[in-house]
Amino acid sequence: MIPTTNLLILGAVLFSIGVIGVLIRRNAIVIFMSIELMLNSVNLTLIVIARQLQSLDGQIFVFFIMTVAAAEVAVGLALIISAFRLRSTVHVDDINLLKG
Amino acid sequence: MVTVFLYLFGLLAILSALGMIFHKNPVYSALFLVIAFFSLAGIYALLGAQFLSIVQVMVYAGAIMVLFLFVIMLLNLRNEIRLPIGRPFQVIFGVIFGILLLVQGFLILKASSVSGALGVFPQSRVDQIGSVEALGTLLFTKYLLPFELASVLLLIGMVGAILLGRKKLPNEG
Repeated sequence: MIPTTNLLILGAVLFSIGVIGVLIRRNAIVIFMSIELMLNSVNLTLIVIARQLQSLDGQIFVFFIMTVAAAEVAVGLALIISAFRLRSTVHVDDINLLKG
Repeated sequence: MVTVFLYLFGLLAILSALGMIFHKNPVYSALFLVIAFFSLAGIYALLGAQFLSIVQVMVYAGAIMVLFLFVIMLLNLRNEIRLPIGRPFQVIFGVIFGILLLVQGFLILKASSVSGALGVFPQSRVDQIGSVEALGTLLFTKYLLPFELASVLLLIGMVGAILLGRKKLPNEG
């Protein structure tokens, strides 16, 4: 079993890869997928710490994060579809109706 | 043996995450993310969270990513015609801030350690009574209220998604 610090580093690396994905990609769906990656890195961190502290509360938290992520993906993709119907694009630079 | 597999799955997760953010075809990005989810599920199973590993495969790789792929194919997204990443200014600052966040994370991890009150579920006990039963007892006793609220949240998500995604009939505003 590798030390918990290494697994926490893996969680941090996955989180920052998600952050870079949100910041540099211009496709709304890929941005959304990067957000899901960030949620998963948090799940990993919680499970690692739950194992370290010999408690299952971390795993319960992960359970609820997965539930919330599922609901969020459903609503978020419905929003992206609505925006696509309006502007015929998912490129976020083009969805700028509020711009002066 | 467990160590080797943990490192392997970790490396696979990082490589597929990088593949996801850099590939121009959104379908390939979604498939890279599926690989990342599977490798994370493998890591969860090796850490003793077997129930969560299976739920991860079912919910994330089996439902959420299928939803993503449905939407990508419904909207008929091809390869990005324009540059898939933003203007160079945005990209440089994005990468710099992402790496800065990572360095901050490393510094915090080096300076602190995970410590606190130990709970009542050491890995030996969880192996004995099973991961499902252990989580179930907690979920239906101590965390009953969040459980019920999560079901209400799922109902709200369903109603919201259907409402946002439907086509308006011709005779309504």
